[in-house]
Amino acid sequence: MKRSLENIENQFEMFQILNEKGEIVNEDAMPELSDDDLKEIMRRMVYTRILDQRSIALNRQGRLGFYAPTAGQEASQLGSHYALEKEDFILPGYRDVPQLIWHGLPLYQAFLFSRGHFHGNQMPEGVNAVSPQIIIGAQITQAAGVGIGMKKRGKDAIAITYTGDGGASQGDFYEGINFAGAFNAQAVFVVQNNRYAISVPVEKQSAAQTIAQKAVAAGIEGIQVDGMDVLAVYAATKDARERAINGEGPTLIETLTYRYGPHTMAGDDPTRYRTEETDNEWEAKDPIVRFRTFLETKGLWSEEEENEVIEQAKEDVKAAIKKADEQPKQKVTELMDIMYEELPASLKEQREEYEAKESK
Amino acid sequence: MAQMTMIQAITDAMRTELKNDENVLVFGEDVGQNGGVFRATEGLQKEFGEDRVFDTPLAESGIGGMSIGLALQGFRPVPEIQFFGFVFETMDAISGQMARYRYRSGGTRTMPITVRSPFGGGVHTPELHADSLEGLMAQQPGLKVVIPSNPYDAKGLLIQSIRDNDPVIFLEHMKLYRSFREEVPEEEYAIELGKAEVKREGKDVTLVAYGAMVHTALKAADELEENGVSAEVIDLRTVAPVDYETILESVKKTNRAVVLQEAQKQAGIAAAVVSEIQEKAILHLEAPVLRVAAPDTVYPFSQAETVWLPNHNDVVEKVNKVMNF
Repeated sequence: MKRSLENIENQFEMFQILNEKGEIVNEDAMPELSDDDLKEIMRRMVYTRILDQRSIALNRQGRLGFYAPTAGQEASQLGSHYALEKEDFILPGYRDVPQLIWHGLPLYQAFLFSRGHFHGNQMPEGVNAVSPQIIIGAQITQAAGVGIGMKKRGKDAIAITYTGDGGASQGDFYEGINFAGAFNAQAVFVVQNNRYAISVPVEKQSAAQTIAQKAVAAGIEGIQVDGMDVLAVYAATKDARERAINGEGPTLIETLTYRYGPHTMAGDDPTRYRTEETDNEWEAKDPIVRFRTFLETKGLWSEEEENEVIEQAKEDVKAAIKKADEQPKQKVTELMDIMYEELPASLKEQREEYEAKESK
Repeated sequence: MAQMTMIQAITDAMRTELKNDENVLVFGEDVGQNGGVFRATEGLQKEFGEDRVFDTPLAESGIGGMSIGLALQGFRPVPEIQFFGFVFETMDAISGQMARYRYRSGGTRTMPITVRSPFGGGVHTPELHADSLEGLMAQQPGLKVVIPSNPYDAKGLLIQSIRDNDPVIFLEHMKLYRSFREEVPEEEYAIELGKAEVKREGKDVTLVAYGAMVHTALKAADELEENGVSAEVIDLRTVAPVDYETILESVKKTNRAVVLQEAQKQAGIAAAVVSEIQEKAILHLEAPVLRVAAPDTVYPFSQAETVWLPNHNDVVEKVNKVMNF
């Protein structure tokens, strides 16, 4: 009798190209990226790290609202995003604001999203994405639908959705990947396994040895990737994207990563559930540090260049906050206007009441 | 004109819109090859192909989420939830997601989805098949909730629901599917959502109803007529939003009202209608507005459902109360 879980870890062995020391350990898998591409990926990771630091500071000053820190997850977020094209459609979780920004959401709008202003959720024309999902996993079934729709339309594009290790416990995760498989959807599902769903460790989420193996039950490809290795995440996503477009089916990508900060800025204290030792262990795997080493070895990166990116990020944040401050305050009556295509009579009546209330 | 049952009129409406708009997609559990468990989609897959009319895996939340994704790609999905009691499985997709997309996106995205589903008591189903859950749906801003009471309305309302750019929950009372036939035009026509219809004119009392309860109200009105009470019967047709204008106009004329719903009494559509009448027309009233509704229990085991469900005798009794107040 053959046991199904025998050797399961080997089957989903972590895919890595660049190790913690910044050395290429899997030359064959090295993606085709020009020097300019490599530098651009570095710029985006550094920029996003600074953006995260500034966002945390702004939140503490009361100048930003809801914010889910991203430091540590740059390779997972931006490596996967770098494999996308403009036509690809992103269905993000709430920590996935950086992908939206690099897909074309202006920074001041990302800040407005954080502040709870509806303009932050209005994707500019041509930005193929929806605003970050709050319900864990709800976007996964929707991503399957977008990917099915793309196939029906004959588009050369994919739907990509992001969730975390906790998200992979939701019913919608299973329904989403199963629908995607059943309809051969042009979809890629990224699970950023940062080891904690707020405070609950991944070991308590499931008996599954990997999240990637959950793909097998849905009959789709699954791969576990070093989520601190931007080259591996890029290569895995690029490959998944191509296969999806070629009709070879959807893919589940599990990236092994870590969030350095708290779950959100709304009072989460990671020292209640993580040890400093674990933090240090993961910080030693830092995606930016290892990629910097790699680029420096190739003579592609300097401290000067890095400082330029840092300064640029700081300036952009300043300008974006200023622009966000200038945005007119939203009104309840405006929100009433976007409930339906046409205001129903009862809401029209309530609108009049609020118009009076808001003009006081 | 053809004689059609309500289910045939529903099929006809989907066929009409599948023909009119290539973005219309019809799908759900057993909807394709089998034509639906009630045969609502009979013949549609054969006529329009598997790309547009298809079976889905058995997962209601997945069906809801997929509908949203397809709408994001510019389609006009018409998913079926096999029985509306299964809606709890997809409450987030409906209330948490599709109802809010226009709002959440700051008005930049629309969800032209029509969720069709059979519901309603009196047909001896197992648990969670017959529940009247329209009140839950009506409480969710962003949704429209439509409940036809006859074949003619079913066709026109379903066509309009599919054309509507906001999500519509289209509820089909199982008892009405094949209970009678009536003349239904073969050509296309649409009935505006949010508009009630006066089914029978009267001068002494207004009976407000929807779905199968419209027929209960009409039966009661016949009986009341014999006793010299003239009842006006209003069919809401859409329970979100409710056409209060038609109700108020009638109540101002009759000065009395009884509101019917098959759903349990607590909260619900009837409660909203009663509130609106007292807010807007209290000085026109000669008696309190009463409700005919089911008791506040879980939908009963089928052996008890006949007694549990409101019937025309209950209506006559309540009308006599308001007449003799």
